[in-house]
Amino acid sequence: MTARRGAPARAGGDPSAQDRPLLTVEGLTKRYGARIGCADVGFMLWPGEVMGIVGESGSGKSTLLGCLAGHIAPDAGRVIFDTRDRGPRDVLAMPEPERRMLARTDWAFVHQNPRDGLRMGVSAGANVGERLMAVGARHYGQIRGAARDWMARVEIDVGRIDDRPSAFSGGMQQRLQIARNLVTGPRLVFMDEPTGGLDVSVQARLLDLLRGLVRGMGLSAVVVTHDLAVVRLLSDRLMVMQGGRVVEQGLTDQVLDDPQHGYTQLLVSSVLQV
Amino acid sequence: MALEAVIAVEGVGKAFTLHTQGGAVIPVMRDARLAVRGGECVALTGASGAGKSTLLRMIWGNYLVREGSIRVAGVEVAGAEPRRILALRRGTLGYVSQFLRVLPRVPARAVVAEPLRALGLPEDAALARAEALLERLNIPPRLRGLSPTTFSGGEQQRVNIARGFVHPYPALLLDEPTASLDAANRAVVLDLIAEAKARGAAILGIFHDAEARAAVCDRAVDVTAFAPEAAA
Repeated sequence: MTARRGAPARAGGDPSAQDRPLLTVEGLTKRYGARIGCADVGFMLWPGEVMGIVGESGSGKSTLLGCLAGHIAPDAGRVIFDTRDRGPRDVLAMPEPERRMLARTDWAFVHQNPRDGLRMGVSAGANVGERLMAVGARHYGQIRGAARDWMARVEIDVGRIDDRPSAFSGGMQQRLQIARNLVTGPRLVFMDEPTGGLDVSVQARLLDLLRGLVRGMGLSAVVVTHDLAVVRLLSDRLMVMQGGRVVEQGLTDQVLDDPQHGYTQLLVSSVLQV
Repeated sequence: MALEAVIAVEGVGKAFTLHTQGGAVIPVMRDARLAVRGGECVALTGASGAGKSTLLRMIWGNYLVREGSIRVAGVEVAGAEPRRILALRRGTLGYVSQFLRVLPRVPARAVVAEPLRALGLPEDAALARAEALLERLNIPPRLRGLSPTTFSGGEQQRVNIARGFVHPYPALLLDEPTASLDAANRAVVLDLIAEAKARGAAILGIFHDAEARAAVCDRAVDVTAFAPEAAA
């Protein structure tokens, strides 16, 4: 059922959409004064692909994600998104209202800290429903129905629909943030350390859930993490960053099993087992 | 009869550069070449460490191919974009590795059905095929709903085999498919291999079990011939 619901969003009704990248990034650069945030990053993300970005703190992966998602204005480069209605458009050159609409409909952003992606003062149901209302949903019963449905899909007891997220555990808050993000059927999801800050057992559950949702809905995603086990499970492709630059990219299992760059080799050999 | 081999390896070399150990370069293979046609099962032989698994991994794509050419069903693996290899793995190339990478919480039947779901088969049909194969491999119904995390080595291996045979891949890589199996399950796996050959699959495998090798393999390729020292 999940796959059927997500399927139309994937191709956008245009059969040729499968044959062109959903996201094309060229020469993306962000400097903080003399310091490099990220430099000359380029890649193409195809429909249904999940790309992981790994690197240690300060490697530029979060800056890159911020630039892609429109939270940070880059100094140079292009971010071209294949929009549902008008085909490939440079997101950085879009008028602000149009970009905001994109962020509310076709894009989603899952923050590391659920408090950054949720409204802590309103109920769980309202958190999910709010995003639907932002794209024009008005029927109360339908909005509440969708909120219930999504709470169940992210494995939160529907009986807690009227509770505030502040009463939830960290893992539940993160799952609620995911429900809030996916309820509008986005085509591209940005995730910043989605399992960071959670207990290992909670991480496994969240990863399994994310994996099922991403595969089932045919979503494309860019996932920033420092956890190689997370990318092994979640991503098809992997990009390794160091000092703001991409030092290696390729198929996830190839980069992890046969790393070419010295920094990637160090990264892979530094963990117990991935 | 296919004119071109389904799996074609030509002039493949491999060296590992260990940047964390002073940039030491370890050559492990040179000028590897072999061809497997549809309906054929070829065994890779040679001492442990001779490069049998390395060759399988290069064909699968998790080891990078920098030198030479590897074609699977006409698709060049060397230098291929990730999405080409992903597409190859989805419908064309199957791989039974020695170890099951276990996902926490995902039940065995879903692990086996996953490749079919990725090909767009409806959930019911995919699960039905997974169940049938697990039945054949003697995984009892009570285990099929559990994550293989807690399974024994032999049970995990059978889940892994079911996952590799659930879709009729035209090309199949097998890394010790009968290791850690009892006689009855070993016979089932040999039947599965024979059936895959009969439907025209090209199979390349590592079989330490000489009896199993004799039962299903049409010929053997000794990878010792591809050792870098052989060049000197």
